[in-house]
Amino acid sequence: MNKLVKREELGALAVTLQAEAAKGAGVARIFVGMSTCGIASGAEPVYAAIAAALAEHKVQNVELVKAGCVGLCYVEPTVDIQLPGKPVVTLGNVTPERGRQLVTEMIGNGQFESPFSVNDAAFKKQVRIALRHCGRLDPERIADYVREGGYQSLAKALFELKPEDVIKTIKDAGLRGRGGGGFLTGLKWELARNAKAAPKYIVCNADEGDPGAFMDRSVLEGDPHCVLEAMALAGYAVGARYGFIYCRAEYPLAVKRLEIAIGQARELGLLGENILGSGFSFDMQIKLGAGAFVCGEETALIHSIEGKRGEPTVKPPFPAESGLWGKSTTVNNVETLACVVPILEKGSAWFRSIGTEKSPGTKVFALAGDIKNVGLVEVPMGMTIHEVLEEIGGGSRDGKPIKAVQTGGPSGGCIPQSKFDTPIEYESLTALGSIMGSGGLIVMGSNTSMVNIAHFYLEFTCDESCGKCTPCRIGNRRLFEILDRIVKGQGKMEDLLKLEELGAVIKDTALCGLGQTSPNPVLSTLRWFRSEYEDAIKRGQKPVTYSILAEKCVGCRACVKACPVPCIDGTAKKPHVIRQEECIHCGACFAKCKFAAIVKE
Amino acid sequence: MKTPDSEVQAFLELEAYIAALQVAGSDTAGRRAVLIQVLHKAQDLFTFLPEEVQKFIAAKLNLHLSEVYGVVSFYHYFKTKKTGKYTVDFCLGTACFVRGATKLIERAEKMLGIKMGETTKDGRFTLGSLRCVGACSLAPVIQIAGKTYGRVTEDQIPAIFNEYKG
Ligand SMILES: Cc1cc2nc3c(=O)[nH]c(=O)nc-3n(C[C@H](O)[C@H](O)[C@H](O)COP(=O)(O)O)c2cc1C
Ligand code: FES
Repeated sequence: MNKLVKREELGALAVTLQAEAAKGAGVARIFVGMSTCGIASGAEPVYAAIAAALAEHKVQNVELVKAGCVGLCYVEPTVDIQLPGKPVVTLGNVTPERGRQLVTEMIGNGQFESPFSVNDAAFKKQVRIALRHCGRLDPERIADYVREGGYQSLAKALFELKPEDVIKTIKDAGLRGRGGGGFLTGLKWELARNAKAAPKYIVCNADEGDPGAFMDRSVLEGDPHCVLEAMALAGYAVGARYGFIYCRAEYPLAVKRLEIAIGQARELGLLGENILGSGFSFDMQIKLGAGAFVCGEETALIHSIEGKRGEPTVKPPFPAESGLWGKSTTVNNVETLACVVPILEKGSAWFRSIGTEKSPGTKVFALAGDIKNVGLVEVPMGMTIHEVLEEIGGGSRDGKPIKAVQTGGPSGGCIPQSKFDTPIEYESLTALGSIMGSGGLIVMGSNTSMVNIAHFYLEFTCDESCGKCTPCRIGNRRLFEILDRIVKGQGKMEDLLKLEELGAVIKDTALCGLGQTSPNPVLSTLRWFRSEYEDAIKRGQKPVTYSILAEKCVGCRACVKACPVPCIDGTAKKPHVIRQEECIHCGACFAKCKFAAIVKE
Repeated sequence: MKTPDSEVQAFLELEAYIAALQVAGSDTAGRRAVLIQVLHKAQDLFTFLPEEVQKFIAAKLNLHLSEVYGVVSFYHYFKTKKTGKYTVDFCLGTACFVRGATKLIERAEKMLGIKMGETTKDGRFTLGSLRCVGACSLAPVIQIAGKTYGRVTEDQIPAIFNEYKG
């Protein structure tokens, strides 16, 4: 493919690619899900086996595609097969053996054994906007994206729309930031457009720090070009010529695919100087994170791109006014950006028709933990938690009722089963003491200890606190110590009040979003599962009891001599007994007994 | 184990990498902006970031050593202690925690007779942890030498370690 220098050339290329695809209407397509999760489940040997079988049977007219993840992570490796003129058939738990079989079945009567039904509730309830291409094209081939109409929205904006029009469309659509805050994206762009300081920058936040969320990884690995196109659009809208993608170092495959995508877009002239002859130039580079949760926070992220310690600063000034090197910087999350192109394609009214009044569109959720169908789902905003967990997620693994779900990661809270009829929206989750966050849904089964979960999150926060502000650095440490006492059975009832008081102070006084939300897991579990805390404390307060096993006691009297009270009765060579009402639980007898005749409970 | 020769080679490679970034003529902000990627490269080459390497980078980028050290110590990813030939990273993200990652760690600690963060006497394994590799659907997850193992059970631990005997 040659470099495209005119808008018409992009259109012509798309038409050619589509015609090629149509000419190959007799072509079957086999998609193997090859994201990090697929590869870890063994997708590579499956791909090789299918390729070998195709060669062996000399099958013509088949395109074997290394695609992204369709989200059915619980049955990976997955293979999707599209026979000419037929709907896609999805197959799960495919082994290399099964892969070879699939080829035979395909060239046989075209009927596959045990495919997933396409009418599966899991699919029917979903609406795919951000994930629309994931698993349906090869992320390492720009031609696939162009064939699907890729970069047409950018071309349209550059030649037909004023930057203000682009902003208006995004604003009208009511798109809100999917990185957690829910700030109106159009408004953010408008602020950046109005900022004076040049040059301006676009930043894609691909730090995905919430452990348990992986939708951004899936978009980057499955459809990187949609993010690049949206960044260029954002650049055109706000008047920036350069962008950065800040990606966590734990995502090597995402980084690799982004690098390939950026290279191919440059080669084709869709990034770089004078894009398609429009006079607009935009380029970008990838910046790697280095394993610091706080770097997902936008001011910390900006410092990290500058090569500094990723410590946050007080807002305002907001990055839109003063960000990278003091210049206007627009920070958007991956999933937010993935919604931009579809909105420009189909219009703001279309986007608004999905989801709710206050939270239009869809949200991708990562279902993980004690749930049957772990994976990624994209559903309209306003769906209830129950629908997502039970109807799409298939309920808990052991079939028992789900106890709670954690949203928003370490900044969020646990929502109890009694509130599962709540529709998922930014505001409704906040009202329950949690947050939308990035969309990780960690499901807690019936035997999960909520006190342990809160303990886990606080340990995480203490570890990740950057140490700049005192409430977060020291407050969280104290909060953790109190909780640790309770977990170890040394807690007191007053501790619960202390947790609440201190938690409230930290929320009010911490510098950045990390500290301001870090007490949420403790406070929300205290609010909904207080009895578990009380039980843990009571269990700890109940003293250990010692008793003598008559069948093991030889009557050596060692315990009688050791007992300071004394409260042990018995005559020599006969089993002894402890008078429980007088025992002070010191354990001296237990330590002395050589015959393991004293038990501790 | 690096022989001095390979260490020289690593320094040369790092020097070439820095030169290719062409920031020598830039202002401090420009030189600082490449620091984290240079550290990534250096850790790839040396497996960890000893003081000499940090000093070398500080000199090449014309930044104060304290600034380089400040960045190295801030980010979890950068290691200043020598690690074993293989670092076995257990994911301690939420999904993996809920699915029993701590049990896997206990098993590995018992098997190797070392604690988290320590290296076996023969220098083969270091036990480390990560916060989510984004394969939460396969929790619990462990990573060795870039390979990700999903849905790991306690009983699989010895076999997985055995793959890295050589
Ligand atoms: C502690 C903390 C961690 C965050 N981590 C992330 C993250 O990993 N990814 C992300 O997109 N936003 C994260 N955010 C939100 C960002 O600060 C910012 O709001 C977001 O990137 C803006 O993009 P959006 O408006 O498109 O959501 C985090 C915020 C805080 C306070
Ligand atoms: S929590 Fe372990 S991979 Fe995400």
